[in-house]
Amino acid sequence: MSLLEGKKAIVIGDRDGVPGPAIEECIKAAGADVIFSSTECFV
Amino acid sequence: MNSVITASSYVLVHTPDMVLHNGTTITTEKIVNPESEYLKELPKHIRSYEDVIAYAPNQTYIGNMTPEELAAMPQPWYDTKVEAKREGKFGEILPQDEFYMLMQICDVFDLLVLEKGFAAATKEKFVKNPAVIPSMVEKIKEGVDLAEIEALVNDEHAEGLYMDGKLVGAVKRAHDVDTNLTAHVMHENLVSKASSVLALIHLIKNSGIDASEIDYVIDCSEEACGDMNQRGGGNFAKAAAEIAGLTGASGEDVRGFCAAPTHAMITAAALVKAGVYKHVAVTAGGCTAKLGMNSKDHVKKGLPALEDCLGGFSVLVSENDGVNPEINLDICGRHTVGTGSSPQAVINSLVAAPLDKVGMKIVDIDKFSPEMQNPDITKPAGAGDVPLANYKMIGALAVTRHEIERADLAAFPEKHGLVGWAPTQGHIPSGVPYIGFCRQDILDGKIKNAMIVGKGSLFLGRMTNLFDGVSFVIQGNSGASAASAMDEAEVKNMIAKAMKQFALSLMEGEEEQ
Repeated sequence: MSLLEGKKAIVIGDRDGVPGPAIEECIKAAGADVIFSSTECFV
Repeated sequence: MNSVITASSYVLVHTPDMVLHNGTTITTEKIVNPESEYLKELPKHIRSYEDVIAYAPNQTYIGNMTPEELAAMPQPWYDTKVEAKREGKFGEILPQDEFYMLMQICDVFDLLVLEKGFAAATKEKFVKNPAVIPSMVEKIKEGVDLAEIEALVNDEHAEGLYMDGKLVGAVKRAHDVDTNLTAHVMHENLVSKASSVLALIHLIKNSGIDASEIDYVIDCSEEACGDMNQRGGGNFAKAAAEIAGLTGASGEDVRGFCAAPTHAMITAAALVKAGVYKHVAVTAGGCTAKLGMNSKDHVKKGLPALEDCLGGFSVLVSENDGVNPEINLDICGRHTVGTGSSPQAVINSLVAAPLDKVGMKIVDIDKFSPEMQNPDITKPAGAGDVPLANYKMIGALAVTRHEIERADLAAFPEKHGLVGWAPTQGHIPSGVPYIGFCRQDILDGKIKNAMIVGKGSLFLGRMTNLFDGVSFVIQGNSGASAASAMDEAEVKNMIAKAMKQFALSLMEGEEEQ
């Protein structure tokens, strides 16, 4: 069972790193429940 | 025939008081936490003009230092001073007082007023600028009494203009109720227009062509001008062209967040290649909102507030002259709606896919210019070294495509990359800061080509979750100019005429028989 199974997750991605939707897909596949996801631009 | 890059200009404007009065990090803090330690501390972290022109990334931006010279300096750069020059090969670093005068020249609706004494003293300095044209000097107005300015700021919702904390002018609102013509919006837009004009007059100076020869201007900043019935109606491009004396130009605004300059360059190259225009200027002014954007972290860590300059740039895209570097539109990358958001998919769409189309490898490109933010600014704020992060991703893609060995990945950023030197002004650091050096490096035979990559955070507009990006390649000139192509066409025409005459003479001969 994955560490993230059944956990609620808040995702903040970085445009020049790993964007939110990409993280979202990965952790959803690991069983997490994504309650908020966004990508931020820090520059 | 490919278009060429004839000239470029890069300008900075030192705006210490605008950091304190107009940067959104600061204006937001004033609303949510007006008594904060940060607000009390920030004024102590504002740099002087002398410090700003002695700052290595700024001297690189205006062309007095090369990216290689900057890379050779140990980081961080903020505590090392270099030779302080106001003017550079590409442009200049304008002081705030002269910029207020330039804003007044750019204001055609009597919205900006300057205090009498300040206006007179600044005019004396301003008119000595060799890039300033006579029609701009004619637009300088007399100043008004300070009491009038105070009344505008205190009672009429005007946006104050300050020098060392002292009120010296104001921008009035352009309408009583229209939220798109408030003093705040007018100030922001006049700043963008004025810094674009500054870049354009330096472009004319650097290119050596007559201003009237420019057919079209494309503005690619991130501001919007219009009234309540058309919030982003435009047209910053034509408005700036008017002040810069480009009497033969029309123009348009291209938007796409930070990716807009690269979109604009591709549009300009296509218009010239198609024969619609001979000379197109791509231009952008700076952004007041982003001044001091990361200053909370800079203050916390005892650094100067390094985001104290507006940025601007212009590039002249012209018909092929057989000499200047060409824009190759056969190699255009784009992040599409269906690309996806994983870093591999993003870099593949912008870098590898367009190269695959023409049978080139990632390592066939000598230099990549993605996001060129100055790491002095971003590293203390936790955003890391953005150019380096981009190079690592491009290098990693080259490894997965078996173009380089995994062991060579560490050397990829140095070989195919650059250090960042541009201010965090959104669109300003995105791909385009290298175009000036790139043109020179190709002409000097130091590199054969470079890829310019622009990225844009569309999701900030809350219309889509998508990100955006586009890319194109600049390469050495193949030597065939538009003039020689015309000669070829002329020869073909002459041969066709001769053949026709020969055929007619044969037919006439047959008829006679």
